Amino acid sequence: MKPGSKTDGLHLDAISIGLHGRTLLYLSAVVRPGDVLTVMGPSGSGKSALLAYLGGFLDPVFTANGRLSIDGSDLTGIPAENRRCGMLFQDPLLFPHLSVGGNLLFGLTPSIARHSQRRRMVEQALMDVELQGFFDRDPATLSGGQKARVALQRVMLSAPRFLLLDEPFSKLDSDLRQQTRALIFSTAKAAGLPVILVTHDIADAEAAGGRVVTIGEESGR
Amino acid sequence: MGRQTEDNRNWPQSKGTAMTRRFAVSGFVLALLGLPVLAGLAGTIGPAFGYLPAIGGNGFTFEHFAALATQPHLMRSSMVSLTAGIVATGISLVMVMLFTAGYAGTRMFSRIQHLVSPLLAVPHAAAAFGLAFLVAPSGLAMRLVSPGLTGYTSPPDWLVPQDPLGLTMIVGLVVKEMPFLFLVTLAALPQVPLAQTRHMTANLGYGRIRGFLIASWPLLYRQIRLPVFAVLAYTSSVVDMAMILGPALPAPLPVRLTQWMADSDLRMRFLASAGALLQLVLTMTAVAFWLIAERAGAFVLKRMSGSGIRQPDDRTIRRIACAAMAVSAAFVFLGVLVLFMWSVAGLWPFPSLLPHDITLQPWMRAFPQAVAPVVTTITLAGASAAAALLLAIGLLWQDDLRAGGALRFVLYLPLIVPQLCFVFGLQILGLALGLEASFLLLIFVHLIFVLPYVVLSLSQPWRAFDRRYETVAAGLGKSPLQILLRVRLPMLTRACLTAFAVGFAVSAGLYLPTLLIGAGRIVTITTEAVALSAGGDRRTIGVYALLQTLVPFIGFLIASLVPHLLFRDRRAMRI
Repeated sequence: MKPGSKTDGLHLDAISIGLHGRTLLYLSAVVRPGDVLTVMGPSGSGKSALLAYLGGFLDPVFTANGRLSIDGSDLTGIPAENRRCGMLFQDPLLFPHLSVGGNLLFGLTPSIARHSQRRRMVEQALMDVELQGFFDRDPATLSGGQKARVALQRVMLSAPRFLLLDEPFSKLDSDLRQQTRALIFSTAKAAGLPVILVTHDIADAEAAGGRVVTIGEESGR
Repeated sequence: MGRQTEDNRNWPQSKGTAMTRRFAVSGFVLALLGLPVLAGLAGTIGPAFGYLPAIGGNGFTFEHFAALATQPHLMRSSMVSLTAGIVATGISLVMVMLFTAGYAGTRMFSRIQHLVSPLLAVPHAAAAFGLAFLVAPSGLAMRLVSPGLTGYTSPPDWLVPQDPLGLTMIVGLVVKEMPFLFLVTLAALPQVPLAQTRHMTANLGYGRIRGFLIASWPLLYRQIRLPVFAVLAYTSSVVDMAMILGPALPAPLPVRLTQWMADSDLRMRFLASAGALLQLVLTMTAVAFWLIAERAGAFVLKRMSGSGIRQPDDRTIRRIACAAMAVSAAFVFLGVLVLFMWSVAGLWPFPSLLPHDITLQPWMRAFPQAVAPVVTTITLAGASAAAALLLAIGLLWQDDLRAGGALRFVLYLPLIVPQLCFVFGLQILGLALGLEASFLLLIFVHLIFVLPYVVLSLSQPWRAFDRRYETVAAGLGKSPLQILLRVRLPMLTRACLTAFAVGFAVSAGLYLPTLLIGAGRIVTITTEAVALSAGGDRRTIGVYALLQTLVPFIGFLIASLVPHLLFRDRRAMRI
């Protein structure tokens, strides 16, 4: 499931977000397929609001302007469920009422309809992250690293057009953090997805290797 | 933690779609709750002034009020209800306030919480019967100390329960309303920064209770004010508990009104309606008194905080408050135990603490007649609770309650207007429109009373839900409806079942609306049990009151067991 013309990338066109008449941030950027844009800033700087805006969930108390488009098609104003924007949070947020396989089937795009094929793709996705045989497991019994990998595969199976990462490594210890980071970035690169990463850890930004923008109080030169 | 709140603010449900569904459910619920209450009030006011064409009342007259005024001991009946309402509400609230002040955040607090929560499921009538069997002259309490301490070998000739001042009735109301106030307080606690405030006041040298009363109570009270008024309205107009525990001659006003209303002579409806307006005035008087008491309380608090007195050692008050909560809970538990003992008692003469022999005869005798009412109760409660749960989910899904205001008030309307003031009118309207007592109508009337409790029960866990799960699901391409059905509701299975069980218990214990709208043709285990109170056969009452307790209890049992079965292999879903 690879989107057709992945040449142009993700365009953030003069995006500004305000709260109660105060402008929180202003941002223009282009993220090419496979590239990572890192957004840094202290808490309260509007990082989460930026991700919410890009994902299509911004609370109406915020005011937002600007255009978001991917590969030439405009995403501004498109409902969240039609944006195909994969999100990863600091918590894996696996659905506790579903099995590991159930979580992945939930994510897998409905364009694959045959039951047997869906099951096979999920098994393959588990194998890709060294979790073969985990289909029927209860997510609550997984380790932190295993959960993070399942969360990543759940997003990838939904055939996203771009990824939004909201400090997805901040709750992992340092060994695990490096592995997970490397896995996510290489997966995104292999799939040719533009990635926007929000973090306050400079090591994350360095590992991402792309452009870094800083927003909020610290950005005021 | 701060992180969490930031996320909840930034990741709401998809707002655009919420807007479009906004109107439908809340408008429906506004009408569903508001219209019957208003129509019912109109249906009471009309006949009170002589207007009821269906039975030949066409004019406008004060004669029914005049007739009401000539009823013997009307003043006494009214005053008993008024004082019982105010005193019972006051005692319940003060108990909850002092206990929360002294113990919030401690292990004792959660222990009492586990003790008190199940009490909500015990129907008022069953609790009243249990209490009566405990404190009556031939009750368990007297048997405990007789003849050893008292020398009595036959029960003394005391008028308890049914004492003329209504003291037993007040105790009965307290043991049932305290758990309700305690649970709404528990629900409001997370919205008050309790721990920080406690640290701050403790650092300044204030004792637990004083610090809490000055710094936290005003905030907390504002949150539970509507439920407090609901308790006030209920206790000042209660029928079933008053029939069992209240004075007999004269009976409290609501009891007499209900007798008039149920009279086979339809012309008594005029008198009953005029009386219902008196009841409305009575409850409004209680509310007015309460508003003054609130002012007085605020003044006292202000003086307390202004005086600078620290009162660092408040162990005595704390222990009294804790003991009061425990004793109050014990009354209900012991009451249920005595009900059980009577239901299997063979020969049980007075001073013996235990029955001489055990027999299943009361059950064998009562059961054949009890089956049909139990089935009716379960069907009625199941249908109204299920409808209420669906509506509650709709309301919360479209996120209208957060806006507060009108809807929150209307939700409490059926609880704040005394039941009989508008149920009378509803019954009269049914009469005027020629409606037969139908099961569907009764379900609808039950729904009016059940829905507020179901919404209250579900809204807390609904709001605590981590919305990032929905964000993830939307990012995976799921529509809002899919997210509701496949993510939110499954994850809130336990909360939904609990809300259902709460609604089920409310419906199962509902007396007055069932009696009047069912018109004697639809009987539930509750109307049957209360009807037995006149006869006084303790063994039969024991069976009926126990059945009445068991029905809602089974609802809660199912609510706590089903998630275990459904999510046997999902560890995170079982807590």
